Amino acid sequence: MATFLGINLFGLFGQLLVGLINGSFYALLSLGLAIIFGLLKIINFAQGAMYMLGAFAAWMALNYFGINYWAALILVPLAVGFAGVLIERVLLRPIAGEDHLYSLLLTFGIALVLQGLFTQIYGASGQPYSIPDALKGGTKLPFMYLPDYRAWIIVASVVVCGLTWFMIEKTRLGAYLRAGTENPAMLQAFGINVPLIVTLTFGFGVGLAGFAGVMAAPVYSVSPDMGSNMLIVVFAIVVIGGMGSIGGAILTGLGMGIIEGLTKYFYPEASTTVIFAVMVIVLLLKPAGLFGKEA
Amino acid sequence: MKMTNTKIALLVGLGLLAPLVIYPVFLMKVLCFALFACAFNLLLGFTGLLSFGHAAFLGTGGYVTGYLMINTGLTPELGILCGTLAAGVVGAVYGKLAVKREGIYFAMVTLALAQLLFFVYLQAPFTGGEDGLQGVPRGFLFGLIDLTDNTYLYYVVYAIFLFGFWLVYRTVHSPFGQILKAIRENEPRAISLGYNVSQYKWVAFVISAALAGLAGSTKTLVFQLASLNDVHWHLSGEVVLMTLLGGMGTIAGPLVGAGVVVTIQNYLSGGELGNYVSIIMGVIFIICVLLFRNGIVGELQRLIKRNFS
Repeated sequence: MATFLGINLFGLFGQLLVGLINGSFYALLSLGLAIIFGLLKIINFAQGAMYMLGAFAAWMALNYFGINYWAALILVPLAVGFAGVLIERVLLRPIAGEDHLYSLLLTFGIALVLQGLFTQIYGASGQPYSIPDALKGGTKLPFMYLPDYRAWIIVASVVVCGLTWFMIEKTRLGAYLRAGTENPAMLQAFGINVPLIVTLTFGFGVGLAGFAGVMAAPVYSVSPDMGSNMLIVVFAIVVIGGMGSIGGAILTGLGMGIIEGLTKYFYPEASTTVIFAVMVIVLLLKPAGLFGKEA
Repeated sequence: MKMTNTKIALLVGLGLLAPLVIYPVFLMKVLCFALFACAFNLLLGFTGLLSFGHAAFLGTGGYVTGYLMINTGLTPELGILCGTLAAGVVGAVYGKLAVKREGIYFAMVTLALAQLLFFVYLQAPFTGGEDGLQGVPRGFLFGLIDLTDNTYLYYVVYAIFLFGFWLVYRTVHSPFGQILKAIRENEPRAISLGYNVSQYKWVAFVISAALAGLAGSTKTLVFQLASLNDVHWHLSGEVVLMTLLGGMGTIAGPLVGAGVVVTIQNYLSGGELGNYVSIIMGVIFIICVLLFRNGIVGELQRLIKRNFS
């Protein structure tokens, strides 16, 4: 067994990999939250439920309609995004502009309904979803064995996060979105359909959660409470990073995943709490968050 | 709304006679959750702070009381006192951190801090892990009165509830409470008037946390159990629902909301419909936010005002 300064490198790299994978999901979910927050100024408490919905949609697509993983990877985020569009139009639009606590409570209600619904139909235990054939293998690296699917998760989520960042920071559509974040009334005055942008933004943010859900289906078991457990950690990450910047949300998500992985190796008892502990430290030292702008 | 003496006498009398008609354990459950919701309402309804982690304080009260009652043979009143103090201490620490952020960040911070405590209690040696603390003895009040009798215990719980209810009422109607309401209505204005807003929020947070702990300690005595359910985020969500449904910012709202929610849960749980509890809670949340924002008591007050004055 390879060791270096008394550290078991196989174990260390293994946990780092797990950390990176968790970080990929944290990044995708907090990115969605940050995009939605930027324009709508609301926190979507149903983001975790949408992630769960994505995983279940992939499972249902495979088991009921024979739609394979690759097709699901495209179709499910679209479907979940569409669900988000409906939620925004039907439920959130009527209370737009009111105290943001109401939208938080509303989306919390949506999360409860979705989680309850899936628990009622499929039970609390998880459903298996197998890794697609093309990614079943693995590569042997000097210090570890890297399963293909895990490598795929990291690559795919970094690419999706990168594309999203590029779209928002460098394209014309992204410019509209950033302008809407700064001053929606002014943007409307320039003849841009702001309500439509708001709806599409919500749909896109939620669709990212759906995408994360499909990616997660083969590594975690598909269960009704997979979303809520994930979401609370993501909330802590959002507090740590602050929601000021898109890049910040991505970096904080990945970084926290790595810290969690390292903790799992060096002091496993603290692995479930380390991210919350980091949040406490950040609150004490830099209350606005690492990338936060507001006081 | 000031309460008249006749109204108070009527309400207190109703509570004294209730166990003759309704099963006392059910009543005690309602009272514990009502106290929890009243404590929570002090923050949400009167200070405008949405805490999404209040289960942490209820659970802390429950665990500390349960542990002391099992292992030290403390009398119940001291056990409850210690549980309440412990929740107050946790509240003091968490409050200091949470008041650094506002609005939805406040909600996220409290939720995350509560989850931190959930994992601590899951792993800590004194909480019994997944099993929780079972078979907590009810003991003898002041070493004299045997609380294994549900009727005796009911009156103790009722007295505790009245104390908590009175404390919230006094706080809200004090000069301190007026400043809390000022913060709720217009925080920048309160700051410009020279009030140290963070300090006021923090004190309100600590009072609320300690009272939530009192509710948890009492609940542990009633059910002789402290478990992870008491610190789970589900419970933090439930107390929001009770307050919202009953009417946030009203004195009696949380009591009504707790009564309705506990009744629904009691009817549905245990049967095949158990999972519907979560769905129904979610639907009530959505309906309350969209259509029924003043809650039951708030709407009633509005109707009475419109028709009789």
